[in-house]
Amino acid sequence: MNILVFLVPVALALGIAALFAFMWSLKAGQYEDSEGAGYRILSDEDLPK
Amino acid sequence: MMNAAQDTVDFSLYVRPANDGAATMDLAIAGVDCAACLDDIEGSMKACAGVTSARLNLTTHRLRLIWDPQIADAAGLVAALARAGYRAYPFEQSRVEAEEQARTQWLLKCLAVAGFAAMNIMLLSVSVWSGNATDISPETRDFFHWLSALIALPAAAYAGQPFFRSALAGVRTKKLNMDFPISLGILLALSMSVVETALHGTEAYFDSAVMLLLFLLAGRTLDQAMRRRTRAAAGNLAALKGETAHRLSDDGALVAVPVGALHAGDRILVRPGDRVPADGLIISGASELDASLITGETMRAPVSAGSSIYAGAMNFDGALTVEVTAAGEGTLLDDVARLVEKAGEARSRYMRLADRAARVYAPVVHVTAAATLVFWLLAGAGAHHAIIIAISVLIITCPCALALAVPAVQVVASGHLFRAGIYLNAADALERLAEIDTIIFDKTGTLTLPDPNVSNAASLAPDLLAQAARLAQSSRHPLAAAVARSAPQAVPLDGAEEIAGSGVRAMVDGVEMRLGSRAFCEAADETKPSSPDVSLIYLRHGERQARIEIRQSLRPDARATIEALRAKGYDIRILSGDRNEAVAPLAAQLGIASARGGADPAQKIAAIEELRAQGRKVLMVGDGLNDAPALAAAHASLSPITAADLAQAQADAVFLGDGLAPVAQALDIASQSRTLMRQNLGIAVIYNLFAVPLAIAGYVTPLIAAAAMSGSSIIVTVNALRMRGARKEKAVEPVRRTPPVALATRRQS
Repeated sequence: MNILVFLVPVALALGIAALFAFMWSLKAGQYEDSEGAGYRILSDEDLPK
Repeated sequence: MMNAAQDTVDFSLYVRPANDGAATMDLAIAGVDCAACLDDIEGSMKACAGVTSARLNLTTHRLRLIWDPQIADAAGLVAALARAGYRAYPFEQSRVEAEEQARTQWLLKCLAVAGFAAMNIMLLSVSVWSGNATDISPETRDFFHWLSALIALPAAAYAGQPFFRSALAGVRTKKLNMDFPISLGILLALSMSVVETALHGTEAYFDSAVMLLLFLLAGRTLDQAMRRRTRAAAGNLAALKGETAHRLSDDGALVAVPVGALHAGDRILVRPGDRVPADGLIISGASELDASLITGETMRAPVSAGSSIYAGAMNFDGALTVEVTAAGEGTLLDDVARLVEKAGEARSRYMRLADRAARVYAPVVHVTAAATLVFWLLAGAGAHHAIIIAISVLIITCPCALALAVPAVQVVASGHLFRAGIYLNAADALERLAEIDTIIFDKTGTLTLPDPNVSNAASLAPDLLAQAARLAQSSRHPLAAAVARSAPQAVPLDGAEEIAGSGVRAMVDGVEMRLGSRAFCEAADETKPSSPDVSLIYLRHGERQARIEIRQSLRPDARATIEALRAKGYDIRILSGDRNEAVAPLAAQLGIASARGGADPAQKIAAIEELRAQGRKVLMVGDGLNDAPALAAAHASLSPITAADLAQAQADAVFLGDGLAPVAQALDIASQSRTLMRQNLGIAVIYNLFAVPLAIAGYVTPLIAAAAMSGSSIIVTVNALRMRGARKEKAVEPVRRTPPVALATRRQS
């Protein structure tokens, strides 16, 4: 059962990391335009000309 | 619209400073209907010198521009957008919308925290459940339970706030709502689990409490997102309607400004063909005003210096200089505002289906739990055991399905309404719309189109009318505008010349064509118009001449819609501010027996109150300023998007387009969603009928609680989504995406 000493903190740390990533993306406005984001991938303007 | 492109409008009110001396402005954009617009709009903006950033939000149809004020200016950028084919208008986020946005963010944060907690606690709980069935050591179980508590308590304290706050507010106002049993269930589940953990018990309900939060938050977040989207769309429409006013500066110069930038005391010039942009007092000039948007009266009224005029009236013949007065100073507006305030009280007392259910549900559940406790104590079980069983009754009945039953349907239904061009203003409007049995229509601008049209087109030579429409393009007079509307695609004639107060003329096929007053066209016609609300405009082309009649015509589908509504058993009436002589023929045409004209705002309210006293639920459909109190007083209300601002603010929903069909559609969707809401509440009750006896008998373990709660939530949500499938089959929704061909032509133009 010693493995729990590693696995439980690892699981928690991963969860917290994901939570922070979400909070960051929310703050950065990534949920402001859920429709446009899908189309922006298709735009070519980031290609070298 | 043409007007905005010609004038240079002073947008300084909407321009805000950004970093490094740059300027920024938010614009609402009309006609964004596909992904190609994204490149189109951003591309055309970035091609302008001085623009550093242009970002279009495809969800809200808003564009944020950042530019260098030394190189570019706001009016030029708006004009560049117009050349690209997109109408834009500066936009300022309203306070309500900003609040909605903040709330959406907050709910998303709560949802994220609840999601994180639910995932991690489930991981631990599943281990405990499988361990209990095999050989978990008590130490490991205790460790897992403490770990769960460590995650669950702070997470619930954060993510439960939306429910706790609303429950507290409900307790304070003595209006018990659904959030009260939810909050109680969560708090009891958590505290019992902590006690059990401390006593080295085998069972803890941390997962149930957090999962409950997660499900409920998901429902609320979706509901909120839909509401915010509707609000944003309505805000855009309001912004795009925003006309410009011509302000006279102190030095006599004329500056075009957005209407929002006008202040009391400003002097404005209202030209012929303009809508009056703000309430005010005429200082000089005389003209005739069409005040149908305000009073429903279709006859034009003469005004001169000293008259009060109201925003929304259409100016006909003469230019007026007007001093803007603060809102509410005018007597009519005062009256209307006071009536609105009083009329809205009855509706604010309306109790939503979910809250009515909660009012019955909460006492029943709490009494059952208490009875269970007493029963087990009398049956000789220990106090500890009896309390655990009683609390498990509360947890299993914690109204997850019940609380999701209504919002889940609400989300799907308001999505349908949104796609049908109906924007909900009030959250409880759907439920009220479903209860309607009587519909009162206003006449002017509601049953009829808001702008007058050519009414005798059938008796005119088509080629003559087509030429007249081209000629009319060159005039700003409202009657000419009505002629121009008969052929929206017409190309203006070259060399057309407008003679103020008379008409327009141009050479067609080498012969002069004139459109205008009777004298201007030298018409011999002496006959009176067929009805007092018909206006006449004459056309002469060489020897050929024509008399064009202009009047407000019925909405194209008014007859069909009224008949369909009547077939569904609604009692339909007309209540108009216009004269009886104007109302009666229209009512006869639509086959409506109960029609009344000449009603002022107070009389409209009285008529609604009378129907209410008979136990009827009245839907008011109206657009005028004079309808605003009636819209607030009725059980539910709808306004076309062309309605006066105050009327729109009182309506439960506004609908787009020229047709009346959205009224029938809204009622349809509302009654369908009420059926689903009731079904869902029924499912929740059935769930409880099975789960509660199990809990009372003491058979509910955390595993069973988790399975039962998520199961019932999923069933309720799936049931709500059935509406989606049913409506797709019908395929009544208008096509919103522009086909590629139309796109290509617009790009060229």
